[in-house]
Amino acid sequence: MARAPARRSSGSLEQLLAAKEIAICCGAGGVGKTTVAAAAATMASLSLGGTVLVLTVDPARRLADALGLEALGNVETRVSSEALKKAGVEPRGDLWAAMLDTKQEWDDLVRRHAPDARTARRILENPLYQNISARFVQSHEYIAMERLYDLHRSGRYDLIVVDTPPTRHAIDFLAAPDRMADFFSSRLLRWLTGPARSRMLNLATRPFYQVADRILGSQFLEDIAEFFLLFQTMYPGFAERARAVKHLLHDRRTTFLVVTTLEAAPVREAEFFLSALAAQGFHAGALVLNKVLPPYLLDPSAAEVAERLAAEAPALADALPEAGPPQAVSRVLREVAESFLNFQVVAKREAELRAELAASAEVVVSIPSFDTDIYDVSGLVQVGRAVWSG
Amino acid sequence: MAVDLLSRRLLFVTGKGGTGKTSIAAALSLLAAQRGARVLACDVDAKGDLAEFFESAPVGFRPREVQPRLFAMSMNTEESLQEYLRIQLRLPAVARVGPLARAFDFVATAAPGVREILTVGKLAYEVRERHYDLVVTDAAASGHVVGQLAAPQAIDDLVRVGPVHQQTGWMLEILGDPAVTGVVIVTTPEEMPVNETIDLIGRLRRETEVDVAAIVVNRVLPELFSHSDEELFERLRQPALAGVVSEKAGGPVDDVFEAARLAVTLRRTRAGHLERLMDAVGDIPLLFVPYLFARGHGLRTTAQTADALSAELGY
Repeated sequence: MARAPARRSSGSLEQLLAAKEIAICCGAGGVGKTTVAAAAATMASLSLGGTVLVLTVDPARRLADALGLEALGNVETRVSSEALKKAGVEPRGDLWAAMLDTKQEWDDLVRRHAPDARTARRILENPLYQNISARFVQSHEYIAMERLYDLHRSGRYDLIVVDTPPTRHAIDFLAAPDRMADFFSSRLLRWLTGPARSRMLNLATRPFYQVADRILGSQFLEDIAEFFLLFQTMYPGFAERARAVKHLLHDRRTTFLVVTTLEAAPVREAEFFLSALAAQGFHAGALVLNKVLPPYLLDPSAAEVAERLAAEAPALADALPEAGPPQAVSRVLREVAESFLNFQVVAKREAELRAELAASAEVVVSIPSFDTDIYDVSGLVQVGRAVWSG
Repeated sequence: MAVDLLSRRLLFVTGKGGTGKTSIAAALSLLAAQRGARVLACDVDAKGDLAEFFESAPVGFRPREVQPRLFAMSMNTEESLQEYLRIQLRLPAVARVGPLARAFDFVATAAPGVREILTVGKLAYEVRERHYDLVVTDAAASGHVVGQLAAPQAIDDLVRVGPVHQQTGWMLEILGDPAVTGVVIVTTPEEMPVNETIDLIGRLRRETEVDVAAIVVNRVLPELFSHSDEELFERLRQPALAGVVSEKAGGPVDDVFEAARLAVTLRRTRAGHLERLMDAVGDIPLLFVPYLFARGHGLRTTAQTADALSAELGY
């Protein structure tokens, strides 16, 4: 696996984001990318100043509400100063938030790249297009990067923090611009969109056509062909944009924050992602470990106390008449001790995974497992402070 | 609570990423096999980690017996297409190579639902041919599973004639029969997984004919104390008493108490989400699986999870 040589962790998220214009949070589903992205953006606006935007994909309803994102679709909105004041913070800069609406973005893209309004309308009304834009899974990744490109190019923001869509493989969206360009330049597309007669006459593709015809029926094949004929008119615009998006992702001003929890599957995904970033020349700025159990669970002397409590609960309870009925006290002490020892098993597993991962990124930060949900700006500040200064 | 879950023939196990859907799919498969059924467990994400839950090396498209009566496979749409062409359409081998192989990726991209229907079609085919008593699918995550399950209908609408059109008919019959097919949604008692579960139930009902068979609430933290014991715990945590306990226990108990407080509040936060879920799901059965304080995952935790599910199912 290609990986940068092990280095001591140094630097902080603050230092990293002070020098970047784009930070992309990526990682497996369910690790808290959205929260980390929003918390990093909040901290940047608080302590670095400037105009900071968080582009989120699928925020929890309450968090979206807290950021003022209700029912606003993909419009960028400024997080109200009241929400920030309520959290007891006085930002130096502006905090903005936007959500990604894939369907809407696709429609905008078609309008932008279609040669004329009539073609745009025909594409938008095509059932195949509607199917693709709404369901085509990989389209989410591409559209997120497109939107990012647009926002960055607008020049309105000093820093854009992006939450990425949950993909089967976190790496997929990095390849999205390439794949989109390949898609448009493929020979098959040209063949499919050529006249039906030449398809049948072309010796190389005739067997394929016969099979496709037999499986799908020629009407469906014609529908596909017509759709792609229309879609192809957008090729020049698309290809150019895909190149520009790719360039932006590789730019020195862009960094990636790999987010994971310390569980086997997300860690594996994070490792894979870190090595893929390195192999493809992207900047892996930081590894963010989320929902980490508190370090005191690893304290051997606390574990000894817990073991003693568990083993000697009845005797201890007898010696503590002032606490309550001995039977109940004994029961409580044993529960408490066993709970500690249970969580310790998990904390040890986490520590081991953490040690395996830590060598792979320059900045490694941990966010503790908060016992309440993060659903407002003060929650974001709480998360943000945990990771900010290192 | 007796839920007629394992008497179905085809289960799609889905849920938000990170909720443990693979571990639940593995445990349901193991449980059914332990109870005497011939089971096929299929990984559709092609991450290939389902086999690890049975302590087995990665499996391919061809099923392999990884535990007694339990077979595992990993979905591969290209191989599924080859099989489909060979068995269903009886196409000669020559038509299946060359341009077709190269074109497959493109057509699968171009024609929405092709990849999905090859996945669902293969599973439905195994059910129709009765090769197994039960097929358990570690399906796509909640964001994508609706597209997968709706694919036969979508194709049925788009492709009006030809062999594919005839094929979708029997698939829809299998998928739409609640005695045969069911979706199992895996969630944890946390905000986003619960939200996604509630959304997913709505989408499955609106966009597909597939029945939601059960919801598995995974990683439920234990209730440490009864109400009166918790009051007692709060008293013990007061500095004066905690000092005495520390003295008798031969070391400071603060961290041990703090860990218990964390466990109590974590559970309490989650209880709210659980209530929200229970209000929203109506009569869909809920199965609870405790949080496993385990070293890792593997056959041992799969078996523990299977035991928990067995108890919940009233076996």
